[in-house]
Amino acid sequence: MADSKPPYKLIGQNYTTPDLVAKVTGKARYAEDFRADGMVFVKLLLSPRPHARVVSVDASAALAMPGVHGILRASDFPAPPPPPGAPPRPAGAPGAPAPPAGAAPAGAPPAGGVAAPVAGAPVAAQSGAQRATPATAAANTTAAPPAGPPLAAEIALTDEPLYEGEPILAVCADSEELAADAIEKIHIEFEPLPFVIDPLESLRPGGPNGRTEGNVFAAPNMKTLKWTAADMAMIDQGKFPSGAEAIDNLSIGDIEKGFKEADLIIERDHQQQTTPHMPLESRTAMAFWKNGKLYLHGSTQSVARTVAALAGWVGIKQDELVLISEYTGGGFGSKIPGAQTMAIPALMSKKLQGRPVMMRISREEETYIGRTRPGYTGWVKMGFKKDGRVTAIDAFLIEQSGPYRRQGDNATTANLASLCYQVPNMRFRGISVATNTPPPTSQRAPGGLQAGVLFEPMISEAARKLGVDEVAIRKLNGPSGQAVFGLLPPLPPGAPVPANRPRQKVTSAFINEALDKGAAMFNWEERKKRSGQRVGSKITGVAVATGAYTAGSIGVDGLCIVQPDGKLIIHQGIGNLGTHSLSDTARVIAEMVNMPWEQCEVVWGDTSKGLPWSSIQAGSQTTYAHTRANYATGMDLRKKIQEIAAKDMGGKPEDYDMANAKVFRKGAPGGRSMTFGKVAERAIQLGGVYDGHEVPKELNAMTKGAAASLVGMGLMGVARDNLPRDGQTYSFLAAFAEVEVDVETGVYTIVDYLGVADVGTVMHPHSLGGQIHGGGIQGIGHVRSQKLVYDPHYGAALAKRLHHNKPPTMLDIPLKMEWAAVELPDPSNPIGAKGIGEPSIGGGGAVIMCALAAAVGDGVLRRTPVHPEMIATALANGGKPTYEPLTSFI
Amino acid sequence: MPPIRDVMPAFELFQPATVADTLGILDRHGADAWIMAGGMDTFDWLKDRIARPKVVVDLSAVTELRGIKDAGGGIEIGAMTTLTEVANNGLVQERFPLLAQAALLVASPQIRNQGTAGGNVSQDARCWYYRAGWPCYRAGGNICYADTPTSVNREHAIFDADRCVAVNPSDTAPALIALDASMVVKTGGQDRVIPAEEFFVGPGVDITRLTMLMPGDLLTAIRIPATWAGKAHYFEKVRDRQVWDFPLVNIASAMNVSGSTIADSRMVVNGVAARPYRLTAVEAAIKGKARDKATADMAAEIAVRGAAPLRHNAYKIPLVKALVKRAIRGDAEWTS
Repeated sequence: MADSKPPYKLIGQNYTTPDLVAKVTGKARYAEDFRADGMVFVKLLLSPRPHARVVSVDASAALAMPGVHGILRASDFPAPPPPPGAPPRPAGAPGAPAPPAGAAPAGAPPAGGVAAPVAGAPVAAQSGAQRATPATAAANTTAAPPAGPPLAAEIALTDEPLYEGEPILAVCADSEELAADAIEKIHIEFEPLPFVIDPLESLRPGGPNGRTEGNVFAAPNMKTLKWTAADMAMIDQGKFPSGAEAIDNLSIGDIEKGFKEADLIIERDHQQQTTPHMPLESRTAMAFWKNGKLYLHGSTQSVARTVAALAGWVGIKQDELVLISEYTGGGFGSKIPGAQTMAIPALMSKKLQGRPVMMRISREEETYIGRTRPGYTGWVKMGFKKDGRVTAIDAFLIEQSGPYRRQGDNATTANLASLCYQVPNMRFRGISVATNTPPPTSQRAPGGLQAGVLFEPMISEAARKLGVDEVAIRKLNGPSGQAVFGLLPPLPPGAPVPANRPRQKVTSAFINEALDKGAAMFNWEERKKRSGQRVGSKITGVAVATGAYTAGSIGVDGLCIVQPDGKLIIHQGIGNLGTHSLSDTARVIAEMVNMPWEQCEVVWGDTSKGLPWSSIQAGSQTTYAHTRANYATGMDLRKKIQEIAAKDMGGKPEDYDMANAKVFRKGAPGGRSMTFGKVAERAIQLGGVYDGHEVPKELNAMTKGAAASLVGMGLMGVARDNLPRDGQTYSFLAAFAEVEVDVETGVYTIVDYLGVADVGTVMHPHSLGGQIHGGGIQGIGHVRSQKLVYDPHYGAALAKRLHHNKPPTMLDIPLKMEWAAVELPDPSNPIGAKGIGEPSIGGGGAVIMCALAAAVGDGVLRRTPVHPEMIATALANGGKPTYEPLTSFI
Repeated sequence: MPPIRDVMPAFELFQPATVADTLGILDRHGADAWIMAGGMDTFDWLKDRIARPKVVVDLSAVTELRGIKDAGGGIEIGAMTTLTEVANNGLVQERFPLLAQAALLVASPQIRNQGTAGGNVSQDARCWYYRAGWPCYRAGGNICYADTPTSVNREHAIFDADRCVAVNPSDTAPALIALDASMVVKTGGQDRVIPAEEFFVGPGVDITRLTMLMPGDLLTAIRIPATWAGKAHYFEKVRDRQVWDFPLVNIASAMNVSGSTIADSRMVVNGVAARPYRLTAVEAAIKGKARDKATADMAAEIAVRGAAPLRHNAYKIPLVKALVKRAIRGDAEWTS
C-alpha cells in the first residue's frame, strides 16, 4: 500500500512533542503530584513471609489512634471472578475474569461495544503482551488432562500472601507517618505455609510446592510435578536433566531428523535471572469520588485500555470511572492496564465517603509489587550444517513463574527462535514453576530478550566453529519476506495429522537489509579482525546479534474534530508512556488533511475528555495500530471536508484538495476556498455524520461514547481500522558491539554499540533513536547487572533497593551509541510503519553476550547477569566456569 | 510488630552550629543520640524504621568541620568535608592521589556531593541481612544469617570472620590506612588522635560496631602525615556497576620505590573483612624486593593466606591476588 518514498510533510520529521515542555520544566503532573482538599494517605502492610495464611488481624489499637481513618482488607474488594473452568478462556473473551494485577486487560470490552480485537489480530493484541505470540497461546491449550483445583485470581490485598511483600492490608490516616505508626500497632497472626524460591527445589521429590494447589501451572490450573531422583542427581552435579518430564510441549518438523542432518551440534545449560521492571515512577495512585463517579489519578501505560481493568478491580461500571493519566514515568510492561493496586485508594476513598486518598508507592514496595520478568533455568541443543544453516533446535526452559499464573515467556522465546532462525525442526518443552517471588508480567519483549541472550551466543559459536562469518550466518538463517514461523501444540492422541497445520507468517521482514546496513556502518569486516586480540590485560570482543518482536495490532479506532476556530483536535486513547507514539501517530491525521502541525492539538490522558478506543500500549503495538486507525480517521475527515466543499462550492468531492487549513479546487490553491473553520461551521449546520450525530456502527462503545460527548463541536473524523492485513507484524534489530574485557579482574567495558532497525517507515527519527538505544541499554542492563536475589531458606528478598538490584548506570553503557533504520515500509500498514519498543531490547542484550564470548571464549558465560568474577575465575580455570550453573535468585 | 519501610519515624532533631554545641548535645543525650553527617547511611536506617534514635544530631551546619588544610606537608580534612571536595581538592590530588581516586570512586556524583569524609569512614556494614533488620549477631542476636549453607553471601568476608561475615564497605578507609592517617575524635573536652588502622574494629573487638566510636564521640577531622606524599600510589575498585556501587574488593597502596626496589609500602584491601584489611605480610615480604612480576606473584600468594571463602565469594581470593599484583605493577607493562 505504501509507496517507498511517499511525499510526507510531517511523517518522518523531528518535531517538539506536545508534552515536552511540561516534562522538561517540571510542569508535567504525575499521579503523585496531584492534591485535593482533605486528602489523606494510605500505607500498606506487606507480608513479611513468603507464603502464609492470615489467621487474625487485630487493628483496634491502630484504629483508635486520632487521625487514623480506616483499614482496607481483601474482603473489601469486589468478589473475585469465578475461577476459570476448562477449557481455558480465549484471551479477551467477554465474561473473562478480571485481569491479574499488572497484566493486560484480558477482560470484557466496554459494555455494549464490539470486542475490540478482531479475528486475525495477533494474540498480543487480544490479551496484552504477556501473551505475545501465537505459540504462547497455543502452549496454553496443551496438556489436555484437567489439572488441579481452580485457582483464585490475584487481587490487590490478600489473606494468603504468596510472596514476601505482597500487600495484606492498607491503613488510612492524615499522614503517611501516622499511617506507618498505626500499622506498627496492628497485631497480625500468620500460619506459615510451604514456599519455594528456586524452581528446581520445587521439582525435587519431596520438595516444597509454592501453592497449596500444586507447584507447576498446567492448563487450566495447576498440578504437582516432581522429577525423578535421577533427574535431581544430574542437577546436583550441575547439569540440567534434558530428558525430564515437561508440562508444555510445542514442536515443528522432526527433531531427530534435524540433528541427524547436522554437522555441528552445540548443547548448553542456561540460567537467566528474574528482574524487576523498575520504572522510574512507581505505581502511585490518588482517588476520590464525586457525584457517583470515581476519579482516579494513576500511572498507566494505556489509558483507554485501563478503564475496563480498573473498573473491574473496583467493581464499578466503566462509565462510573474518570481516569486521569497524562504522564507516566515508565512501565516496561508492568502497567499495561495500570496496576491492580490502584483499586486500594479507590476503595478506601469509597469507605470514606469519597474523601481523596493518596497511595504513594515507595521503591521497596515497587520492587515487591511492581512485577518481574521471569528468569529461566534450562537447556538448549542446536544443530548446524557446515554452511551454518540451523537444522534443529531442542529447548527445555523452566520459567520462574511467580505464584499466580503461567507467564509463558519461555514459549515465546521458543517461538521467536522459530522465526529468527527459520528452523525446520524444533521442539520446545517448558515448565512454569510456581515460585514464592514477585509475580511476573510482560517486561519489554517478554521472552524476546531472553531469546536473544539464550540463542544468539550459540549462533556466534557455531559461526566460529564452522568458519562462517557471523553476519553471514544470520542472513543465511534469518527470515525474509512473509516468512512463516511458529511452533504447534501436539495433536490429541490418535488424531490424524492434517496436511498443512496453520502456522503464522510475518507481514514483512528486512533483517538481512538491517544486517547489511549495520555491517557497513560498523565497518564489520575490518573490526571483526580485532576480536579476541589482547593488549595488556584487556581483550577485545566484537560481535553482531539480531532480535525480533511483535510490532503491531489492528482494529482500533481514531477520533478527531475540526473546530470552528480552524484547529484540528486529535483525540487519542493512548497512554503517554514517554515513547512519543501518542503524538507521532496523531500526526497521521494531520498529514492526511495536509494540516500544519502548529494548528493541531492532541487530547489525551483524561477519559472525561472523550477518548477513542485504542490498542494497549504494549506488545509494541501502538505505532502500527494507530497509524492505521488514524489513517482511516484522516481519510474519513478528508472525505467529509471534500464533501462539504462540493456542497458549498459545487463540483464533485474528489475535485477538491486541501492545504494550510483550507479546501480548494485541485490545482487551484489560490482560487476559491473554504477555511477549515468555515467547514467546521458547515458541519455543525449539516449535522448527521458531519458533526458526530451519526457515527459508524462498527466503532467500539468507548469511541461512540467519546463521539457522543463531542457532538456538534465541529467536523468530526471518526473511523475504525478495517484495513486488511495478511500476517503478523514483527520488527527486527541488528545490533553490533565492541567490548573490552580486563582478564585479570573480569571487569568489562562496552566500547561501542550500533542498532539498526527494521521498523518500516520512520515516523519520528529522534524518538526512534531513543527507543533503539533505550531498548539496547535495557538489554545491556539485563546482561550486566540487573537481578533479584532471595535467601532460599527464609524466602526473603535481599535485593530490594536500586543499589542492590542494579539497573545499568551511565558508565555501564558505551559513550558512543549509534542507530539507523533500513526504512523499508511494511506493506500491511498504509504508512509503512511498525513498532520498535520491544524489538530493540533482545538484540541489545544478545550482542553483549556475543561480544563477551568473542573476547573470553565460547561456553564460558552461561548465566546472566555476567558478574566480573564469572569471567576472571573461569579464565583462570582454563575457560571452565566456576559459578553455580543452575541456581536461581543468587 | 509488622515491618513497614520507607517512612521515617519521629525523633527530636538538633542542628548545632558549633563543635562545642554538638559535644554538649551528645553529652546530654548519650546513647539516645544519633550523629548524622551527610545522611547517606543514616537515612536508610531511619527510613527503614530499624534505627529508632530519640535524638538525631545533624552536623550539616557545623561549618568548622568542613574544609581541607595543609598540615606540615600533610593535610587535615574536616569530617564534614564532602567526598566531592576531597576528590577535587588540589592538595589531595597533588600529595595523595590514591585518596582523591578513592573518593572519586565512591557511589555516584550525587552521593559524593552529599556524603562526607567522616561519614564514609564511619558508615555501618551493608550486609543485606543485617541492614534488613534481621536479628543477627551484629544486631545483638545470636546467629549470622549470611553464613549458612544457603545464604547469598557474594559480597561478604573472606578474612577474619568471627561469627559475623559482614565487610567494611568504605572506599576511603583503606586509602587512609595506606596513607597512615589518624582520626581526631572529641568527647566532652577531650581530644584523642587515633591511628586510622586502630579506628576500625573487627567483630572480635565489638561485633556491633565497625569503628571504635562510642556514644558521645565525635569524629572531627582526619589527619594525613606527609610520609607518603608523592610516593607511588595505587587505588582500584572492582564493582558490578561503574557508578553507584560498593566495592566487591578495593585496594589502596602506597609504595616508596627507590630505583626499581620497593623500599617500603603500605597496602590495604577492603570489602574482604569487617575492617579494612591491611596486608602487613605482603608489605614485609616485598620490602627491599624489585618491583617486578616475580615480586608481584609472590605478594599475591602471601596476600590471601588464611582466606576462608563462603559459598558465593571464593572469587574474592583470586581478585585480591589480581589487585595486589596490579598495585605492585602500577603503570608497568607486564601482565599476569
